[in-house]
Amino acid sequence: MNIHTSRRNFLKGTGALFIAIPFNGPSFAQGAAAKTVDAAQVDAYLALHADGTATIYSGKVDLGTGLRAAFPQIAAEELGLPIERIKLIEGDTALTPDQGPTSGSNGIPKGGMQLRQAAATARQALIKLGAEKLGRPASELDAIDGEVRPKAGGAGVSFASLIGDKGFELKLDAKAPVRDPKTYRYVGKHVPRPDVPAKVTGQYEFMHNVEVPGMLHGRVVRPAKINASLVSVDESSVASIPGVQVVRIKNFLGVVAPDEWDAVRASRMLKATWSGGGLPVDDKGLADYVRASKQVGDEMLDERGDFNTAYAAAPKKLTAEFYWPAQSHASMGASCAIADVKDGAATIWCSSQGTHRYAKHFADMLGIPSSKTRVHYVDGAGCYGMNGHEDAAADAAFLSRAVGKPVRVQWMREDEHGLDPKGPPQVITQEAAMSEDGKILAWRTQMWCPKPTEKLPTIPLLSPAETESKQVPGIATGSLSSGGKPPYDIPNLQVQVHWLESTPLRPSHLRAPGKIGNCLAVETLMDEMALMAGKDPVAFRLDYLPDPRGREAVERVAKLFNWDTRVQPRRDGKGRGIGFTQYKGDETYVAIAMEVEVDARGRIRVTRVAATHDCGQVISPDGVRSQVEGCILQTIGRTLYEEVKFDRDHVTSRDWSTYPILTFTDLPEMKIELIDRPDQPPRGAGEAATAPVAAALANAVFDATGVRLRRVPFTAPRVKAAMAETVTKNG
Amino acid sequence: MPAITVTVNGSARTLDIRDPEKPLLYALRNDLGLKGAKYGCGLGQCGACTVLVDGEPVRSCVTPAASMAGRKITTIEGLGTVEKPHKVQAAFIAEQAAQCGYCTNGMVMTSAALLERNAKPSVAQVKDALAQNLCRCGTHDRIVSAVVRASGGSRG
Ligand code: FES
Ligand code: FES
Repeated sequence: MNIHTSRRNFLKGTGALFIAIPFNGPSFAQGAAAKTVDAAQVDAYLALHADGTATIYSGKVDLGTGLRAAFPQIAAEELGLPIERIKLIEGDTALTPDQGPTSGSNGIPKGGMQLRQAAATARQALIKLGAEKLGRPASELDAIDGEVRPKAGGAGVSFASLIGDKGFELKLDAKAPVRDPKTYRYVGKHVPRPDVPAKVTGQYEFMHNVEVPGMLHGRVVRPAKINASLVSVDESSVASIPGVQVVRIKNFLGVVAPDEWDAVRASRMLKATWSGGGLPVDDKGLADYVRASKQVGDEMLDERGDFNTAYAAAPKKLTAEFYWPAQSHASMGASCAIADVKDGAATIWCSSQGTHRYAKHFADMLGIPSSKTRVHYVDGAGCYGMNGHEDAAADAAFLSRAVGKPVRVQWMREDEHGLDPKGPPQVITQEAAMSEDGKILAWRTQMWCPKPTEKLPTIPLLSPAETESKQVPGIATGSLSSGGKPPYDIPNLQVQVHWLESTPLRPSHLRAPGKIGNCLAVETLMDEMALMAGKDPVAFRLDYLPDPRGREAVERVAKLFNWDTRVQPRRDGKGRGIGFTQYKGDETYVAIAMEVEVDARGRIRVTRVAATHDCGQVISPDGVRSQVEGCILQTIGRTLYEEVKFDRDHVTSRDWSTYPILTFTDLPEMKIELIDRPDQPPRGAGEAATAPVAAALANAVFDATGVRLRRVPFTAPRVKAAMAETVTKNG
Repeated sequence: MPAITVTVNGSARTLDIRDPEKPLLYALRNDLGLKGAKYGCGLGQCGACTVLVDGEPVRSCVTPAASMAGRKITTIEGLGTVEKPHKVQAAFIAEQAAQCGYCTNGMVMTSAALLERNAKPSVAQVKDALAQNLCRCGTHDRIVSAVVRASGGSRG
């Protein structure tokens, strides 16, 4: 096991490899590609070229998450090829295998491991070819530095001469032997991300920068009331702007112009009348609405012992209700895409996390075969689930089809905040019982969340609905009910979800769906029980946490944070709290300790954070660290500030003043310790560290104030009111 | 076509001001092909569109191009390149201070302007200078480290 504590020492130390992975940018070619994309074939993942370089093809994409360094690290390691000879192509549906969407932190655990097996299979084939050429048994050979060579030394033969550009024509062997982690040269070392230099010099080819010949600019005009029907359009209202075309398809309304600013102006000037539409509830009523809305079934996710009997008989009880609001992906950039739809074929450039899936969706909605639809992946602004990228692509496709030219659509800020599919609201209740001597006897978690539509291939988009085109209806949210189960040894347990038929705002998965709220509920309850038992929160958790890796994460974070062991809350405006999770119940372990200050106005300031993170084998330590930092900071913002506001017409939090996020003045001091286990399978790092953030924060606020916060966001007025209430109760 | 002349990254350029309200951001990106500055909000709230006008950071999304006659504009492309990065850019690379990188233009430009005013800012001054620049990915800590590094300091 390796522990990476200080990033600075790490960057300075011998672990850093100062090499450059070539960065070739997104693929733009529109020509047909003669290459297999069959995910069962080695050639789908990699190609070794006659010039000694290699290309790897990934259906999973880098979202600013560092996969662009990690994938070459994995491939270079397994193949035995210098990393600087490896190029990466991502997400292009004509060139890359369909490895499913890049979501659920599965880029490395799934995509990376498929690539590892493909490369391991290729290595075996290369060694076999080399054995024939060198006239030596395969067992004496290895693949090193782009050659098959005797392990004992001596002349080798290059990959290029063995296979150069011919392709392996081999099935991926899931059992092909992989390298021993003790011999790693690239995996687990710092490899700088190849995209960073271009990003900091303004040269990076973002989706927003792409131009294709003959392209026009489009904007979609959407009604003030969600789902309203279009009654009439007054095209003369934009006649003064040169070259503007108005596109109307049923309830879909857009404008297209040669100049982008003209398209923006036209979209603002276009007069249209709409009827109907609106929402069944507003933000203030949402929590009650969730509890009261139509249910379509209950599911017992876990049951141990006999909760009801144990709870009824117990001497001490606790109950609590938690609310996590609807939140937006709130990407920094407004979603952007280009589509070129003509002659029964479509080429689409977009930043989708699931280009392969959406290629089919786009084909269906346009009524053209999937084989005639190609989607290129180009980086957008970070999306953390599914923001408006796919909607913008669909918008562009309908506009392009209507005007017969390639059309670029870039959403405006109000579109991104107002229309991106939202992380849905959740309600969670907890009931627990304890013995007189402070032992947990019974625990029940109940969750109210929308039920994802079974086998829904993709999340429905706005413009196919508006144009009444083909798409599969339903909702998708990510697995909101995961994480409701405590990671502790509880004798009598029930974890239950009440599935709701729907949710008012169109949902999608938002980073760590459901798990931040669920962990808040679980870890707040643990804290309350610790106090009831007269135990320090860290010690109490360790009493009930059986998993040795989990225990290590908690013990290490206490040390890293310099945890102040104590039973009673300080209540003097400053406090510390802890949260722990094993992500999705069986993945990455994260423990977070946090220090906060709360002032008399209810304003919370997070001053210090310590985190331990065990995702098994670490491929890119600095990449993991960057993700952990991002998870922590983004989630502090989600917990303190973020809630989608809406009235009965539409979303009203449509800019950064009405939907505030964390800023530099909120930045706490952070210490992160990565627990690297090279012999364990790698797990995801893109989301896990979000989960205990709200819990650690709420527990720290309790220590500081004696107030339990159970309704997110923890805004100053809400905290102030809760403090006043506690004083009244106690006074 | 009504037009004005400005200096962009050291060269005289002509900007079309047919619509007097057209923001500088659109002129830079679409008319001059300088796409380093990004559209984030169009409202002056996020900083993604920041450029320097006579050395001061300005939000190009809410600055009419028509108001720029005779001014000196520096965009991120004029600051440095991958081969010859400005010290702020070099520090961002060293600290790997970008995730998605969409906010990065604003971070780099605002930080470069800060270091012109204050060669050795404290961590608190860096945070203050960047307080109106938003980053959704949570890259803040590295950005602060990068600015401190660019100033020749260390966060310890
Ligand atoms: S795009 Fe100009 S401040 Fe946001
Ligand atoms: S790096 Fe993505 S918004 Fe800052």
